[in-house]
Amino acid sequence: MPKFKQKFSKTPPKISTASMPDIIFMLIFFFMVTTVLRETELKIILRLPQQISESKKLEKKSLVSYIYVGQPKPQYQKIYGTEPRIQLNDAFAKISDIQKFIEYERAARPESDIPFLTTSLKVDKDVKMGIITDIKQELRKANALKINYSARK
Amino acid sequence: MAKRAIPEISTGAMADISFLLLIFFLVATSMDIDSGLMRRLPPWVENLNVKPPEVKKRNVFTVLINAKNELLIQGEFGDIKKLRKQVKEFILNPNDDPNMPEKEIKNIPYFGNYPVSKQVISVQNDRSTNYEVYLKVQNEIVAAYNELRNELALKKFGVPYEKLKPDQKEAINQIYPMRISEAEPRDISKKK
Repeated sequence: MPKFKQKFSKTPPKISTASMPDIIFMLIFFFMVTTVLRETELKIILRLPQQISESKKLEKKSLVSYIYVGQPKPQYQKIYGTEPRIQLNDAFAKISDIQKFIEYERAARPESDIPFLTTSLKVDKDVKMGIITDIKQELRKANALKINYSARK
Repeated sequence: MAKRAIPEISTGAMADISFLLLIFFLVATSMDIDSGLMRRLPPWVENLNVKPPEVKKRNVFTVLINAKNELLIQGEFGDIKKLRKQVKEFILNPNDDPNMPEKEIKNIPYFGNYPVSKQVISVQNDRSTNYEVYLKVQNEIVAAYNELRNELALKKFGVPYEKLKPDQKEAINQIYPMRISEAEPRDISKKK
């Protein structure tokens, strides 16, 4: 008779699930912190330029206003055509709307933040420079001089 | 009064609730961080009759991009891969070449009297130039400046530019001031 008798229980031991909520909560907190809720629905095709080595992370998202430029998505092409268009917030806009847009963005923020406002240009990589130049001139007129060409590293 | 035992709250459903939340945030998360190339526009000038300040030809490095996305660097066909090196060499002007920018002795904190190059980088593009090409050219020029600043920071302070104190950064910015001028774009393709 062996001295040590190994006990084989018929059923495998139950794994405690008591710590599962803790693990899940940890994951929740991670995703809660990293989540950015998308506030605008894109109506244009946006493929950002890649391999821009000097692109920097945009600090302080609350101080950034976005201008989207690109070809309208297929479902809007019947109305708006295939030429690149500007999108401000949720709607297509004309070049002349930009100054008003900047003014509106300024009014929505405390006065002390106005000098730090940045305009981020989210432009599809196949857009021609003509429309970008027009936007830049409008931004100069509106005195919104800090701009950021959105691109990936 | 008799003490009553508080009944234990079942925690069995907690895992379900937290799962639900987890799934919501999983779906709502977009991981992409906003990044981009920071630039500053020149202020709007109402009166176009005011002449821009005269800049000597040797101080200007011109990059032209045409409608076919070809580069003309200093009057010659150029390659975007070589642009960064060319810009760096132009800013530094190591051999005091008379075709490259002049230097002015300036008194700069931490460095004392230091020859500062009077360079200006001029970028001009056509209205039909591709945005991506334009941005790549901008990127190369900014990269050239950043590399120069970083090299100087390593040489002088032994730390990369990003880790310098604000006043040290300011000193280096005075030595390599970023002067990128963007001329009004031409509209060659439409005039045909």
